[in-house]
Amino acid sequence: MSVLLSVENLRTYFHTRRGIVRAVENVSFSLSAEETLGIVGESGSGKSVACYSLLRLIPQPPGRIESGHAFFEGVDLLHCPEKELRAIRGRRISMIFQDPMTSLNPYLRVGDQVIEPLLIHERVSRKEAFERGVSALGEVGIQDPVRRMRSYPHEFSGGMRQRVMIALALITKPALLLADEPTTALDVTVQAQILELIRQMQRERGMAVVLVTHDIGIVSGFCDRVLVVYAGGVVESGPTTSIFYQPKHPYSQALQKSIPALHPRGAKLPTIAGGPPDVSKPISGCPFAPRCDFAEEKCLTSEIELREVAPNHCSACLRVQLGEIELHPLVAPIASE
Amino acid sequence: MSLPNEHRNSSLWRDAWLRLAKNKLAVTGAVLLGALALASVWGPLLLGQSYYQQDLELGATPPSAQHWLGTDTLGRDLFARLLYGGRISLAVGLCATGVALTIGVFYGTIAGFFGGKVDAVMMRIVDMIFALPFTVFVILLMVLFGREFILLFVAIGAVQWLTMARIVRGQVMSLRKMEFIEAAEALGLSRTRIIFRHMIPNAIGPIIVYATLTVPSVMLLEAFLSFLGLGVQPPMSSWGVLIKEGAETMEEFPWLLIYPGLALALTLFSLNFLGDGLRDALDPQAAKD
Amino acid sequence: MLRFAIVRLLQAIPVLFAVATLTFFMLKLAPGGPFSAEKNTTPEIQRQLDEHYGLNKPLFQQYLTYLGNVVRGDLGPSFKYPNRTVNELIGQAFPVSAELGFWSLLVALALGLTAGIVASLRPNSITDYLASGLAMIGICLPIFVLGPLLVLAFALKLQWVRVAGWDDWVDRILPALTLGGFYAAYIARLTRGGMLEVLSQDFIRTARAKGASPRRVILKHSLRGGLIPVVNYLGPTVAGLLTGSFVVETIFQIPGLGRYFVTAAFNRDYTMVVGTVLFYAAFIVFLNLLVDLALIRMNPKLRFA
Repeated sequence: MSVLLSVENLRTYFHTRRGIVRAVENVSFSLSAEETLGIVGESGSGKSVACYSLLRLIPQPPGRIESGHAFFEGVDLLHCPEKELRAIRGRRISMIFQDPMTSLNPYLRVGDQVIEPLLIHERVSRKEAFERGVSALGEVGIQDPVRRMRSYPHEFSGGMRQRVMIALALITKPALLLADEPTTALDVTVQAQILELIRQMQRERGMAVVLVTHDIGIVSGFCDRVLVVYAGGVVESGPTTSIFYQPKHPYSQALQKSIPALHPRGAKLPTIAGGPPDVSKPISGCPFAPRCDFAEEKCLTSEIELREVAPNHCSACLRVQLGEIELHPLVAPIASE
Repeated sequence: MSLPNEHRNSSLWRDAWLRLAKNKLAVTGAVLLGALALASVWGPLLLGQSYYQQDLELGATPPSAQHWLGTDTLGRDLFARLLYGGRISLAVGLCATGVALTIGVFYGTIAGFFGGKVDAVMMRIVDMIFALPFTVFVILLMVLFGREFILLFVAIGAVQWLTMARIVRGQVMSLRKMEFIEAAEALGLSRTRIIFRHMIPNAIGPIIVYATLTVPSVMLLEAFLSFLGLGVQPPMSSWGVLIKEGAETMEEFPWLLIYPGLALALTLFSLNFLGDGLRDALDPQAAKD
Repeated sequence: MLRFAIVRLLQAIPVLFAVATLTFFMLKLAPGGPFSAEKNTTPEIQRQLDEHYGLNKPLFQQYLTYLGNVVRGDLGPSFKYPNRTVNELIGQAFPVSAELGFWSLLVALALGLTAGIVASLRPNSITDYLASGLAMIGICLPIFVLGPLLVLAFALKLQWVRVAGWDDWVDRILPALTLGGFYAAYIARLTRGGMLEVLSQDFIRTARAKGASPRRVILKHSLRGGLIPVVNYLGPTVAGLLTGSFVVETIFQIPGLGRYFVTAAFNRDYTMVVGTVLFYAAFIVFLNLLVDLALIRMNPKLRFA
């Protein structure tokens, strides 16, 4: 499969009054056409910032992309002229956001917002744009789309608004969809519908999807590959099945342990002690070490980098790399119950 | 019961004070105002120049070592007149704000405390008056009842209380729902006692902020009326009067316009910055970056 | 929308009624009759005058007559110019004030919006500090200081325009700048605040993610929400322009209603003062209604509420 997006050494820092916040620290990954990649991490781990950085949508200042490249269809998204990037945003790469309540403009009709990417990127008449808007709304499952084109966002429920956002994002048939926590703000039943919708649209159009989420449970059924992010850096990456069945980093393992659905009702849910480190201060060694059950002296002092520890499966855990520890699969015992 | 409350207040005030002290513009404003107030009160005594002594032979002179800001057409020292006028302007500003404060706090507390229909009717009245051109009413009052100095600030104060009433009402309403007020009621404290001992002290932050912001608008209104000849009457003087006189002779003696204008503008500047700073310090939620 | 307009119009009636009542009783309470300034009125003339103006009837009847006249839009004769009615004077002077107000509002909006938007695009940059600083100066420079200073600079020193008058378009420049200046400054601050608020919203990020140009983001996505505070402030602005016109019309000797009002106030021309107050009150109430309707049009959430 051909590589669609290739990100190298992305660093995004926020220069605030209280110091430099290293939100994204040296993130690299690549994505094939039609592939689905999950980026998983706690809130504040930098996963969303990494996603926004690709389209240079972080607020600048205080944010700044310090280094890196992101090649997409022959263009370096991080360094191309603003005008060139604008021609890619909303046309070849679209984005949907966490909170559908605030991501739609409350002052404009839904129809005008849905067809706006067409008006920006394609030479279409308003009439044609309107018709395509109607069919886009229909495709995402909105009833009576002709009438709904004239409605305002506050007349829709949260799930319906997220459907509108998807219609808006996909109306130009992009090659890549960046979905930043698209279901976090929604009810559980609606979450499943929205994910199913994204998957269905992905199949029909053959586009790649990057799904950013803090919910490792969502990733398991949805993504081909996963990046696990901690304190701005990638700690593990690999095919979803390997990450679930053969985790190669204590953090990923701990994340899986805390999925409620994998435990019997009433059992105490394991949690990860402590909190993520303060990324406004330089971190030496492994950032997860202070919370890690396996940490040793060398974890705090050595240089940590992501290395391939199994085919296509990379880990940033020093002790895993050295073969000192073996992490146990967590999913299998549950499945055998 | 009042102890933890006072305790909370004292640290609240200290926090507010620290925030204010960090705000350079607000501190500059406060220092300027303090200097101005001191100069207005004591300056005329120390200056050795009288504001009313005429020297017709001297006439209008530009600023000099003898007369720092020059003299007016009657040979009177402008600096002395400016300080003297400052007394009046500041006095009107403070007194009228006092009037507005009293009416507003009283009205707002009643509306907020009793709530329900009383509140609805009272606030509807405020809305109605709010929709009207205030200044026109002050002028009407001045015309009908004579251009008395006392009346001037009563009239100004009487139209400036509306916003104060709204703010106090909002504060009292939210305080009513707080537990320590309920506790006070449960203890059987009288309404007046609850209002004066517990509610007004707790609403004092926004009241101070708004009072600081009322002073400049009152001073502006006074100067506006005096400029039209409807405010402070000669031989009394205020900055509005000085600006009016200065504007009449500005072609030959521009300093007679510029210095009083500058004094007024600087004062308004200081009061606005101090008011903004106080708002940021006392009401961090209302502060917007 | 229509229902709202009608409700608001009906609500305006008690306001105007209250104003009329208030002004009537203030008139009656005021010490000294309207003619006490004229020293040569004999008791006989005084009686005739009272009869002519209905001042000898019972108070309540006078009040009813007065209200009746006000409802019919008849503000009575001017006490100062007995052969002219207040209606005539207002009818003659108001168009001049309205024109001054129009140009001033234009100045206020054009300068204020431009400065505010420019400042909001790059917050805490040099342009922002420059625009915000200018706005702060504008707010602290009262009309009656700014006006004479502008005259001093542009009419007396540079001699680009005339000191006073109201004949051709050049005469409109300084008065409109003076009157609009303060409000331009205030509107600039409101616009900056409103735009910064909107520009930090999530839907702006959505617009940028669509590939919208900065221009499109501003014009199509930000202005409508960002300008709501400005529209909210239009009512007070017009009221302020109105009172400001007293000063500006006095400084520049413009034959508008503001100047008439101030002159009438000096001359204790009671009917003229009261009539003008009533006229102003009605005008402001009407404008506030328009502003409310505009706000509803701008904010879809209100439109369907």
